[in-house]
Amino acid sequence: MSELRAQLQEWRDALPPWFSRALAAVLIVIGILLPIFFTPASGFLDATVKSIAYAIMALGLNIVVGFAGLLDLGYVAFYALGAYSVGWFGSAFFFKAKIHVLVASAISQDIGIHLNFILILIAAAIICAIAGVIIGLPTLRLRGDYIAIVTLAFGEIVAVLAVNGTSIHLGGGMTLTAGNLGISGVDQPWFPGIGSFTQLNLRPWYWLAFAILLVVLFVNVRLRDSRLGRAWVALREDEVAAVSMGIPLVRTKLLAYAIGASIGGLSGAFFGTYFTEVNAGQFAFGFSIFILAMVIVGGMGSVWGALLGGLLLGYINVYLIPDVLNNLPSKFGLNFSLTDVNYGIFGFLLLLVMILRPQGLLPERRRTLELTAEIAAQDAELTEPTV
Amino acid sequence: MSTDAVTPTPTAAAAVMVAQELTKEFGGLVAVNGVSFDVPRHGIVSLIGPNGAGKTTFFNMLTGLYKPTRGRILLGERDVTRSRPDIITGLGVARTFQNIRLFGAMTALENVMIGRHSRMKAGVFGSIVRTPKVRAEERAVRDRGRELLRYVGLREDTADSLASQLSYGDQRRVEIARALASDPQLLLLDEPTAGMNPQESDALTGFMRKLRDELSLTILLIEHDMKVVMGVSERVTVLDHGEKIAEGSPSEVRNDPRVIEAYLGKQT
Repeated sequence: MSELRAQLQEWRDALPPWFSRALAAVLIVIGILLPIFFTPASGFLDATVKSIAYAIMALGLNIVVGFAGLLDLGYVAFYALGAYSVGWFGSAFFFKAKIHVLVASAISQDIGIHLNFILILIAAAIICAIAGVIIGLPTLRLRGDYIAIVTLAFGEIVAVLAVNGTSIHLGGGMTLTAGNLGISGVDQPWFPGIGSFTQLNLRPWYWLAFAILLVVLFVNVRLRDSRLGRAWVALREDEVAAVSMGIPLVRTKLLAYAIGASIGGLSGAFFGTYFTEVNAGQFAFGFSIFILAMVIVGGMGSVWGALLGGLLLGYINVYLIPDVLNNLPSKFGLNFSLTDVNYGIFGFLLLLVMILRPQGLLPERRRTLELTAEIAAQDAELTEPTV
Repeated sequence: MSTDAVTPTPTAAAAVMVAQELTKEFGGLVAVNGVSFDVPRHGIVSLIGPNGAGKTTFFNMLTGLYKPTRGRILLGERDVTRSRPDIITGLGVARTFQNIRLFGAMTALENVMIGRHSRMKAGVFGSIVRTPKVRAEERAVRDRGRELLRYVGLREDTADSLASQLSYGDQRRVEIARALASDPQLLLLDEPTAGMNPQESDALTGFMRKLRDELSLTILLIEHDMKVVMGVSERVTVLDHGEKIAEGSPSEVRNDPRVIEAYLGKQT
């Protein structure tokens, strides 16, 4: 096994330096051309759009959990806040207001706040970054499992707020959320020269998701290889040594929370407009676990792992189980459909990965090392400062 | 309390760091009790004492990892008693650890680059866009890191090895390089010769003098190896049970009856 790995490394080193750039360019071109080969409203294209949005979520969570090592179980909060950004700033929900910025002329007389989707994305990122800092603050003194509990509670608080937001009055009969009724009929993205997106043609949606994905990937890779990325890894490995070397604990951790959250917000806003509705029922705890599973399956801390994990679990969740294999049990004379047991299927897959490849499908070099017993033991010994 | 050579007043220009009546209590346990101490500029001074005397606790207070229960710490003119560790590092204090605390899954070079963190300026947006300034800074830090690793005597080809895969002696070297990366004026070494053989200890003793002279550093040392302590220190402070029991030149301390008692027990 290790020989094989050494061989692969050798081949990789033998490649010319422009190879990775060329490969990236080819992949991007394939990515751009992909929807041409499918009918504009095909189920596969729909699944692809959703899977890309999931992958964006996974890339955001990977910054918090993978890079900085802060186990966040409340990531659904940023899905919710991102989606509500669309509900608030791209629908008739705030009916007393009448604000329009760069939107389709068809809705330019409608009540409510209507911002261009790009502006909504920016708003979602900012709102989530602030929320990320708020959730980060109480966890700064905590480690490991305790961070998980606090963030879990935060996710639940946001979900409950979404349900009960109907009772939070903002004046003029307007409320904070529409609860389980949902804010429906949210604006579809509109761009000058392209027009409004519709559910009949999913290609523009795909390109929009793909563009966001590329930006998020770029941000991930650049941050990983930066001063900040190194600081995250240092804090993850040994907090005491890291602060003694001059890394500001609070600032560095909060940046991880804020950046991770704002990426989740981008994806949440995309989901909000893609589903044309923002319903409090969407923001369940299971979503946080689903995204975390993507990061773990892909390989914690690995950008390409999070991408692969997000796409893979996304496709399994929105395509393979409901569309392709759903009737499989009935073929064996069993009286249930596969969607009824999809939690079971995910549990099983997660278990398989944990047993066969605990470091994930595309592990990061460092995480692989941290998983080996030697370093784990060293870490345990180093967690507490010696007196 | 102090020797005639050094005045313990906080304003003394000669002192890089001054600790006044430092006390640290953990619950009922008094780990360090009212210790005053100053580090003269360009000096090499040692802190010794039996196991559990409170040396490392004292170090941890100086570097901001522990907040003192009572007392003050001055760095030059500045009061850093309650400052965060990263601020103190930024002000020019760097340290190594008794049980080497390198980032094991990072390369030796990356470890040293972490040490440079407080002197770097790249922010979030600069790092994402990778502006020419950030690029230049990153390159400079990388070059400086390699230079420092060479300086502490690491073989050229090991700079890109993972820290956890280096030999013990090399890990000690990388830790010193990492500390030096922040351009400190005061270097705190916590038992740097622990686990070294006599030849290696001798080499390190020479290296400490070289550091002091070439980089105009001030060095504060915790050490168990008496040969190293007596050979390199200009002044030695002895702690026992959290209290300062003696201070002076190596020969003075060596002959101090209280020190002998602390180490060997009371003569009957």
